[in-house]
Amino acid sequence: MTTSLINLAYLVASALFILGLKGLSHPRTAVRGNLLGASGMLIAVVVTLLDRQIVGYGGILGGILVGSAIGAVLAQRIPMTAMPQMVALLNGLGGIASVLVAGAALIEAVGITERPVTAQLTIATAVSGLIGAVTFWGSLVAFGKLQDLISGNPVLLPGRHAINAALLVASIALAAGVAMRPDVPLFYWGLVLVASALGILAVIPIGGADMPVVISLLNSYSGLAACATGFVLDNTMLIIAGSLVGASGIILTRIMCDAMNRSLANVLFGGLGAAVTAPGGGKGDDIYAGRVKSADPEEIAMLLDIAQRVMIVPGYGLAVSQAQHSVKTLAELLEKRGVQVDFAIHPVAGRMPGHMNVLLAEADIPYEKLLTMEEANPQFEQTDVVIVIGANDVVNPVARTDPSSPIAGMPILDVDRARTVVVVKRSLSPGFAGIPNPLFAADNTLMYFADGKKALVDLIAALEH
Amino acid sequence: MDALVAALTIFVLALFVGFEVITKVPPTLHTPLMSGSNAISGITLVGALLSSGTQYSTLSTVLGTLAVVLATINVVGGFLVTHRILGMFRRKS
Repeated sequence: MTTSLINLAYLVASALFILGLKGLSHPRTAVRGNLLGASGMLIAVVVTLLDRQIVGYGGILGGILVGSAIGAVLAQRIPMTAMPQMVALLNGLGGIASVLVAGAALIEAVGITERPVTAQLTIATAVSGLIGAVTFWGSLVAFGKLQDLISGNPVLLPGRHAINAALLVASIALAAGVAMRPDVPLFYWGLVLVASALGILAVIPIGGADMPVVISLLNSYSGLAACATGFVLDNTMLIIAGSLVGASGIILTRIMCDAMNRSLANVLFGGLGAAVTAPGGGKGDDIYAGRVKSADPEEIAMLLDIAQRVMIVPGYGLAVSQAQHSVKTLAELLEKRGVQVDFAIHPVAGRMPGHMNVLLAEADIPYEKLLTMEEANPQFEQTDVVIVIGANDVVNPVARTDPSSPIAGMPILDVDRARTVVVVKRSLSPGFAGIPNPLFAADNTLMYFADGKKALVDLIAALEH
Repeated sequence: MDALVAALTIFVLALFVGFEVITKVPPTLHTPLMSGSNAISGITLVGALLSSGTQYSTLSTVLGTLAVVLATINVVGGFLVTHRILGMFRRKS
């Protein structure tokens, strides 16, 4: 196949990637969009295999078989609650693949004497190695935190900013080494090593509540690493596909940051949740003492009996107790009695952007019933009962009322404006932000202390009684 | 130098296309968007195929083949898991 034909096929593949992502903008076209993206990838792979430079197919076929088998098994086996760590892991693999490809390309470029080693090639190689290694190790740490292999709490090393700054300076120096002496492999692999340390140290101080931001940022990085590899190989399709992913990750990162009213720098360097007794929030005891009313399933069932409008607010507590199916049963039961039931979903509910929507969709809850924060907030005043299940910080009115609070200004679900709020929670323990929630002590709030799933099962039984 | 400028042009234009396309995705679909775009980032597989298949040296072939395995996991796992997630959003009759 001639180079022009190959490049034309790459153009078709790039167009399919764009159409594929465009298809993902609506539930009706999303499945087709994903298939278009996958066909783009298939075309890209098949055409590349016809490239004249390729002389040996054994390793390639073996590699594709092994990779496909592992990928397929992972994709089928993973439970939906573990989706964030799965995506983090896959992301990391893409990143490390870019590191290896750039390394191999550098070896070839230096060895094949008739081809000039351009500044574009060496600089792009260094960038690919740097971003790819940060992506890989950062993703592995995120995976470990989400999978509970390492503590989900922020791990704050003393002098971590200085260490990270030193590592960054060392990376830049090594990158300059790659650019000036591409024939010395030590510079490239040294850069990969330093960037690996940087990736680990950059993610380990970040707490579990900030994972949606970290995962979208790493997603963006994996795209940029592929993009840099495109510059190494002078391959426009890699550049296009990589920048699409880079842009997508950055947009989602911005949405997540807005949803928490925090700057990206604050997420990366701040360590929210690091301080267990945050200033301005007051002590839990002062707020809760004598004011918290707890209710049992029968009392709540009576409330629901006379309600016309119910809003359910799911949080990660619902996901960990696998209560998404019970919540569906509850919603159906209420609807059968003529109650209007909707779900209000905060953008950072769950552990990756839109994760809660996936969990509720898994339980067959129609997506028309899933309201965004903007849609839900004006409706709380007309809502008889709000049932909050395992959410805490995203419904904390302190965000609106106390400018000195760590979550001040964070957009929240205004559940406190409903007639009655039922909070299903195991205890009064604080959420990720580490501050007490005055909602729990509000006059119109009833606490229902129980595990998310058990609470729902008991409530359903009480309603049916 | 011309080639670099052309590549940079494509890079910047593709970023704009990405921003335009992706800002229209509703929050409901953010997870499949992320896993789908994650699968696309496995495009580095194309580079891995070249590094593995050119068989320039043992080291570059080994690095390339390893990259083929890892990038294929990324691509196949990414598209399949996206398909699985999207299956849940399909309207049930």
